This record gives sequence, C-alpha cells and structure tokens, in this order.
Amino acid sequence: MQRLIKNGEIIDESWHLLDKDATLDGMSNCDDLIVPLGLWLEHAHALKARDGGLGVWLDSDEHVEEIADDLPHFQVIALNFPVFSDGRNYSNARLLRDRYKYAGEVRAIGDVLRDQLFFMRRCGFDAFALRADRDAVEALESFKDFSDTYQSATDQPLPLFRRRQS
Amino acid sequence: MYIYDEYDQQIVEDRVKQFRDQTRRFLSGELSENEFLPLRLQNGLYVQRYAPMLRVAIPYGLVSAKQMRKLAFIARQYDKGYAHFSTRQNVQFNWPELEQVPDILAHLAEVQMHAIQTSGNCIRNTTTDQFAGVAADELVDPRPWCEIIRQWSTFHPEFAFLPRKFKIAVNGAEEDRAAIGVHDIGLNVIKNEAGEIGFRVLVGGGLGRTPIVGSQICDFLPWQHLLTYLDAILRVYNRYGRRDNKYKARIKILVKALTPAVFAEKVNAEWAHTKDSDTTLTEQEVQRVAAHFTAPDYQQFAGEDADYLAKREAEKGFNNWAMRNLQAHKVPGYAAVTLSLKPTAVAPGDATDKQMDAAADLAERYSFGELRVTHQQNLVLADVRQSDLYALWQECKELGFATPNVGLLTDIICCPGGDFCALANAKSIPIAEAIQRTFDDLDYLHDIGDLDLNISGCMNACGHHHVGHIGVLGVDKKGLEFYQVSLGGNSGRDASIGQILGPSFAADEMPTVVSKVIDVYIQNRTPEELFLDTFQRIGMAPFKERVYAAAN
Repeated sequence: MQRLIKNGEIIDESWHLLDKDATLDGMSNCDDLIVPLGLWLEHAHALKARDGGLGVWLDSDEHVEEIADDLPHFQVIALNFPVFSDGRNYSNARLLRDRYKYAGEVRAIGDVLRDQLFFMRRCGFDAFALRADRDAVEALESFKDFSDTYQSATDQPLPLFRRRQS
Repeated sequence: MYIYDEYDQQIVEDRVKQFRDQTRRFLSGELSENEFLPLRLQNGLYVQRYAPMLRVAIPYGLVSAKQMRKLAFIARQYDKGYAHFSTRQNVQFNWPELEQVPDILAHLAEVQMHAIQTSGNCIRNTTTDQFAGVAADELVDPRPWCEIIRQWSTFHPEFAFLPRKFKIAVNGAEEDRAAIGVHDIGLNVIKNEAGEIGFRVLVGGGLGRTPIVGSQICDFLPWQHLLTYLDAILRVYNRYGRRDNKYKARIKILVKALTPAVFAEKVNAEWAHTKDSDTTLTEQEVQRVAAHFTAPDYQQFAGEDADYLAKREAEKGFNNWAMRNLQAHKVPGYAAVTLSLKPTAVAPGDATDKQMDAAADLAERYSFGELRVTHQQNLVLADVRQSDLYALWQECKELGFATPNVGLLTDIICCPGGDFCALANAKSIPIAEAIQRTFDDLDYLHDIGDLDLNISGCMNACGHHHVGHIGVLGVDKKGLEFYQVSLGGNSGRDASIGQILGPSFAADEMPTVVSKVIDVYIQNRTPEELFLDTFQRIGMAPFKERVYAAAN
C-alpha cells in the first residue's frame, strides 16, 4: 500500500488514483477515488452521485481555473509532477489556496522527491505521495531544511520584511 | 554594501547544510545523476569538460575586500590558483572536486557569500551597473532595489522550477551599463514628475538562439508594487511558458507568441489579485536596505586634483590609462577605476589568487574596502581619490591590472569556450588572444575608440556576441571549429542585435577579418563617429564587400 506524508506524519493511503484515461465503466461506488480532470469535466453529475469520497487530479498542463467553481465537491485535489523539474503545479497549488480558498487536501503526486517538499509545503501542499522507492521517514527531515524564508507564500503570508526584528 | 543580519546568515547556513546532505546522498547512490542535476545546478555546480565548475554569486557585482580574499583562498586551496569573473558579474572556479563543494560553500558562508541560484531554471543573480552609486550620470541608485529583488528571489518556493533560467537586470543611470534590454526582465529605475521612484519594466529580452530586445510592458510601476508585479510576471511565465523545447522555453518566446500587449494583459490580470497584498513593499524596508548603500566617508575637494592633471599632461602612459580606465565620479576629486582583467594572452576575466588578494589590498587602501565585478569581466574600485590615482596606476602596472584598454577593441568579452565548457562548439579564448596580438598598437587602439568585441563559443551566448559592436560566434561545421561574425550589436540604450556579416571563417582567418572590418570603419568614419555610428550610417554592404573580396 502506498504511504503518504500528511501534515508531517506518515500515514497509509486510502484513496485510489485513477489513470488519465479512466472511464466510468466498472467504477466502484464506495471507494475513495481521485479521478482525472477529463473524467470530472465529462461526468461530474455521475461522479457526484457516488457514495465514496471524491477527489480530482490535475496534470501539470492543466489549470485550476477549470475546477474553480467545483471545489466544494472535492475532498482531495492532487497535482501531478510528471518530472520533478516541471514546476507548473507550484502555481496551481498557490492559486487553489490563496485565490480560491480551497481548504481540503492538496496532494503532490508523481515524481515527488524529498528535495521538493519544503517548497511544496510553502505553496500549500499538505499531502505528499513520495515516490515509492524513497524513504518517507528520512524525507520528513526536509521540512526543516530552512529555518526562515524571505517571501510571502501560502504557509506564511507575511514576507520576512514585515516580520524582521532589527 | 549590504551586510547580512541573523536571518540572512541563517538562510545561507541552512543552504550549506542542505547541500552537504544532497551531495552525501548523491555520492552514496541514493540520488541518481538525474535527480542530483537540478539540485546541484541550483547551487551553481556544473559538471564540465574536465571537472565540475562552481559558480559563486556576487550579488549585483558588489564584493568586499574580505570576500575577495576568501575567493582567493578558495582558488588556492580548492582550485588551480585562479578564478574566472563572468559576464553575469559572478565568479567561477573551474577545478573544484565535487566532494569538496560543501566545504567551499561553508567557507563562502563565513563571508556572507553563496552559490544559490547561480544556475538552473530559476531566478538568477540580479545584475546592475558596475558604477551604481557613484556614476555621474546616475538618477537613482539601483543597489537597494537589487538587494530587495535578491531576497525576494532567494528560494522563492513557487519559481524554483521554471521552464528555463531567468535573469533580471536593473539600471538607474542615463547610460545603460546593465544591458537591461537583453534580460528576461529589465528594470529601469526612474523618477516621475512628482519625484516619486518607480520602474519602467521591459520583459522578454535575451540573447541565445533567438536574440531579441525586450518589450516595455509598464512605463511607470510605483516602487511599492515592485515585488507583487514581479510575482505576477513570473507566475504567468511559470504557468504558460513552453516546456516542450528548451530552446523555446525562455520568457521571450512566450512574450513573442502572445505579443507584448497580450502578455501585459495577462500580467495585469494576475497582478490585480495580488496588488496591495502583504508583499507590497514598505517605506521601512526600503529604508532598511538603502541604509546599507549610503555614501562612504568622502573627503571634500573643491574640484579636480591639480597634481593628478599635471601628471596626466606629463606622462603619456598614465594619461592613456586615465583616458580609458577611469569613469567620471559624482563626487568632485574622486574617480571610479577599472582594473583590467584583459591583458593579452590571459583568458578574459581570469585572475590569479595573488591578483585577487592584491585587488583586495588595493580596495582597502584606495577605495573603502569594496570592489565591483563588471559584466565586461573587469574589476572596479569605485571610490578612489584623484590624488591617489598615480600611485594606484603604478601598483596596477606591477599587478597586471593596468592594461589601458577598457572599452577598446582588446577589452574583449569572452566566454570560457571550448577550452573549458562542455556546451561550446568552438574555442573562444585563443580567438580573443589572436585578435589582441594583432591589435597591439595602443595608439591605434585609442584611435579606433570605443568598441565592444564579444566572443561566444556557442549559441548560448555567454560571451554576449549578439550585442557586440563586433560579435563572434563559434559554430561547428562538419566537426570543425568556425566563427560567424556579426556587426552592429549594442547592449546600451537603444539596444540592438548584431547582423550577420556572411559565411563563417576558420580560426586563423579571424584576426584578418577583424582588421578588415576596422579598416572599413577607419576609412569611412567622420571625425566624431565611433565604430557603431559609422556602421549604422553606412550599413553592412561596405564591410561585406571588403571582407569577402576575392584574395589577390
């Protein structure tokens, strides 16, 4: 079972992530599912009628504006990093939190490695599906990489210059 | 200059610790080569032709004597006794051992230096005018703004993995010595009619494969909004910049594809949400930072130093040096002095550990303990009393800093090229040297006057060849090294991209080609014209005709 870093702890994953080309055929009614954006856009009505939990995932070339009006339907929004050097979903995460005030789980999926976690958390991610071949316990250390930061971000709206004691 | 407080110091020390651990994980096999790559790049570490290359940040080119001594120490201890000052006002070490890089970073942190974001697809070192704060033609001192941008961009969590590298330059003077027209973002600090400070914002300039001059997207951005506006530009770029092709990933391609007007609309739409947020700058913060850039304790002089002027009259060598290597200072009786790192037969921008130590000594004795690195790859002592210039000149001659060629044809901007760099198509340093040897007559050089000759060993244009009055680009022609020449580029105000002269040349033809180009200029110029003026008046044809005329 995939393990997940959430709020600084390692927990067992209970959600199922559906592939990008998933369809409604044979879909379980009760499982907690994270569906691809395309499926949501096409079958929102059917997906809302299920009993299980609902989340959606966006690829790095998809934009949060597409789900901006649907946010209350999702317990989880997962943002995919096809490769860790693709930084688009850092902006999507910030928009979800800062602009659209999404309060559910924002999860990083895909090529998620420990050296991104500090930045991801700053941008509003609170759950991290670390790549399966990596040690999640060690990765927790990375949240302590920096003791302070200069900019305003989701985790700290005040930039350092408004907090600096001199 | 800016002095770290405990916050700044802690962040840099945290980075050393983080990178030490990343290096450990790479060496133990925990991190693959591919995974380590963006991590080491964000710390200025390249794996080069022979050894790793470490690029150390010199924020907007300002370095203290103490820091310079530390760089000399690193060159001695961890390298082969020299370092290379780059066109980004940074410094590069060509021979460190990967295992020792964390130790080097720890040494740097002791003197408030680092290698953060000196490469990789992130916001790079902000650059500015090497005469910032002292130039007679300055309107607003750009340095506090550079430092504010440095802090905002350091470990910006949203913009650590951009489509491509991102460079910001700031200019606050009449003349543009920061080349803001060829940066991803160019900021011109200005004052409006009410005397309020703001920025004229250019975006999408750059060199490389698609050289282009930036487009103005804002004519006056009040200073309070600088960071929220930069955030908006970066967010639009991060989301919409191309990532499918690294040669089309710079912001200039996005700006061009959307058109500057549509790009500006997108930025404004984004900015509307964040304008007036907590990132809006405060008077208090600007004053806190600006307090680090106050004028040093200048002596009062009524005017020019008579003895200095008399020595210029009396001694031609001194006068030649003074004509080229001094810059007018805003304080009477002072001058800014360029220490040339361009003697013939030395790779442009290279300095030995001894020279760096000596430069630090000179800075302490003559210039309030501070130096600047220029994007033309020289060093500057910004605050020298005119009465000290003669003594300084004599010391510079001893140290190899006195080549009186600043701004002249032999003051060549040149990348490390095929001798060092894994990306290069061709060598660049030997071409620079061959040209310097051809033009060894100082009187002739002075007669030719201001001329930027820039050489890059490949398309990446680290030697800024597109904006050289004469530009040279190394190209690969069926496995052989050839050189393409362009004319008419210019990095100053009204920046322009050079036009290609014609088919490329073999290395041994290059000195002759440059000589012919200069001949055409000499024969056609009017008394007041510099090379660029003549080129703009007579166009490419006469140059082309002469250079490609059948040999007879």
